[in-house]
Amino acid sequence: MRRINFGEAIREALWQEMERDPQVFVYGVTVPAHSKIFGTVAGLAERFGPERCFDTPISEEAMTGFGLGAAINGMRPVHIHIRIDFLLLAMNQLVNMISTYSYSHGGNVKVPLVIRAVVGRGWGQGYQHSKSVHALFAHIPGLKVVLPTTPKDAKGLLTAAIRDENPVLFLEHRWLYWAEEEVPEEPFSIPLGEGNILRQGNDLTVVATSWMNVEALKAAEVLEKRGVSLEIVDPRTIAPFDDRLVIQSVEKTGHCIVADNDWLDCGFSAEVAARVSEKCFGRLKSPVKRIGFAPTPCPTVRCLENEFYPNAEEIIRTAEEKLGLPPIDLTKEDFYSHERKFKGPF
Amino acid sequence: MKKSVTETLKNKTENRPGLDLYRKLYLIRQAERLIIRHYPEDQMKTPMHMSMGQEATATAVCHALVTGSASGRAGSMHLAAPDKGLLCTSAVVASSIPLAVGAAFANKRKGNGRIACAFFGDGALEEGVFWESLNAASVMKLPVLFVCEDNGLAIHTKQDVRQGFKSITEVVRNFECSTFQSDSTDVEVLYRLVRQAVEAIGSEGRPSFLHLKCYRYLDHIGIQEDFDLGYRSKEEFEEWFKRDTIALQRKRLLSQGWSEAELAEEEEKINRHLEKSLRNAQAAPFPPSEDLHRGVFYETH
Ligand SMILES: Cc1ncc(C[n+]2csc(CCOP(=O)(O)OP(=O)(O)O)c2C)c(N)n1
Ligand SMILES: [Mg+2]
Repeated sequence: MRRINFGEAIREALWQEMERDPQVFVYGVTVPAHSKIFGTVAGLAERFGPERCFDTPISEEAMTGFGLGAAINGMRPVHIHIRIDFLLLAMNQLVNMISTYSYSHGGNVKVPLVIRAVVGRGWGQGYQHSKSVHALFAHIPGLKVVLPTTPKDAKGLLTAAIRDENPVLFLEHRWLYWAEEEVPEEPFSIPLGEGNILRQGNDLTVVATSWMNVEALKAAEVLEKRGVSLEIVDPRTIAPFDDRLVIQSVEKTGHCIVADNDWLDCGFSAEVAARVSEKCFGRLKSPVKRIGFAPTPCPTVRCLENEFYPNAEEIIRTAEEKLGLPPIDLTKEDFYSHERKFKGPF
Repeated sequence: MKKSVTETLKNKTENRPGLDLYRKLYLIRQAERLIIRHYPEDQMKTPMHMSMGQEATATAVCHALVTGSASGRAGSMHLAAPDKGLLCTSAVVASSIPLAVGAAFANKRKGNGRIACAFFGDGALEEGVFWESLNAASVMKLPVLFVCEDNGLAIHTKQDVRQGFKSITEVVRNFECSTFQSDSTDVEVLYRLVRQAVEAIGSEGRPSFLHLKCYRYLDHIGIQEDFDLGYRSKEEFEEWFKRDTIALQRKRLLSQGWSEAELAEEEEKINRHLEKSLRNAQAAPFPPSEDLHRGVFYETH
């Protein structure tokens, strides 16, 4: 099977859904312009025309309500924000209008609206270009929230999101755009609300979201060398959150680390911890441990940014502590370095 | 016609702002050139948004605000002072505009005679918060100077697909707000216009709106030219570059009696100052990791 990257997988899902259904259209600030949203909309304007792939005024709230208006009139809009931070300007439409629309109509109206937003990180993105805040959205009944990690998931989940009759937020970590794997060429969908065992293991469960799955995989690789096997559960959809895979896994391992790509307080990690303590109470061999952003706005300078973000090493140390193992020497390990991967300007 | 020697000397002494304005223009241009030179070293791990080509708008406004206020020190580069209305900058389009309205409200209540100033691009005109702020300032008759730096672009998108109105000043004119506009790149023309706009705030007892057309030489982000991207032409740049603000002002100063040597000396001073700033920045230590947690909330000192 051919390999493509995360960004290409998203583009392919959009392309195929636009081919399949003429009601699907893609829009947002700078969408068809030069940088093509990390390449994810490349060629769409040329193929499907400016009525189905277009730029908008910088008016996030209005253009979000616009999406709702179009969706309840038979269209299937995909609204794109180059950072989640800008989507926050549309919280009123999202929380007061979009999330409540179906409910206020007794579930009789379809709201097939997808909102894609990018989670920024690194190279001085700073506190206004790097939020994830997925828990903010997942907190609201009536919104589905998807956090894809792998290219294959990105394609299958976006396809499912576009075909879904409800509003779906699709949050893409910008560092994942380079991830590559085998992805089927034909259209396929992965049901929203189904988690994924990213890695089988027996000793300890790591529930990770978005980029933190990459860190968890690295941690698992390192720990394997000393005979510790991590099981990694990627929920993929955090609202609705089907906790079955998590519960099954923790029942097996008795240990749970939640590595969330977000702040911890009142966040998705707290939701996972609550469910695990509720449903696996008697089986837990140690308390659930949560790993996430430092409780500060995201700093801009590299050295503080490195402190701000959680990483594989933190997962390794936490796992060792839980299992009562002495800390392994990590000086020879080759951890992910954004420095080597990416040099500006944005 | 050639001016007499006494005439040019008179201009020279009277036109102090002319030299000060030139210094500021030159400083901004050279600071950006310095950044461009050193950016590829990857020491500045951050996106860059260059203003090259648009120096005159900020220079004219800031200079008028500083010299127009009793406490101001002309030529100072520390213009991000709250009492000048420059409270913050934001990387979220239009989001600092209402802060100026609140600051103006505070100034009015205190009766300190100060105005607040909001800078924003043409893209900000598309955000609801711009209109909400304009309306609030107008109905509350607050001393706000709204400055729209209109380079016709939002990243790589031109106005025709973003804005459904022909003239922003025509629209704003219908508010309780005085309007001023210019497409000049002549910093002195702009400086006088800003002075007028500031005076109108006092005499009319309401906000002023300044619409200034300008042109961005480089890409939205980064230090490079971007004429190869196809969204704008090099010819457009060349048209504007004929009226490059720095060249214009330099020519004026020469015609007013400053010598080439005098200007070169001024420029050299600025370049030395910038080189020193660069060395300071390079030598400055990075913050210690404990700093991460400092300042989330106000800390008593
Ligand atoms: C609310 C919001 N939406 C989108 C963006 C992405 N963005 C960054 S700069 C920019 C264009 C701004 O254009 P303008 O206001 O004209 O400023 P200019 O850079 O031209 O001075 C956009 C859309 C943002 N920063 N904030
Ligand atoms: Mg602009």
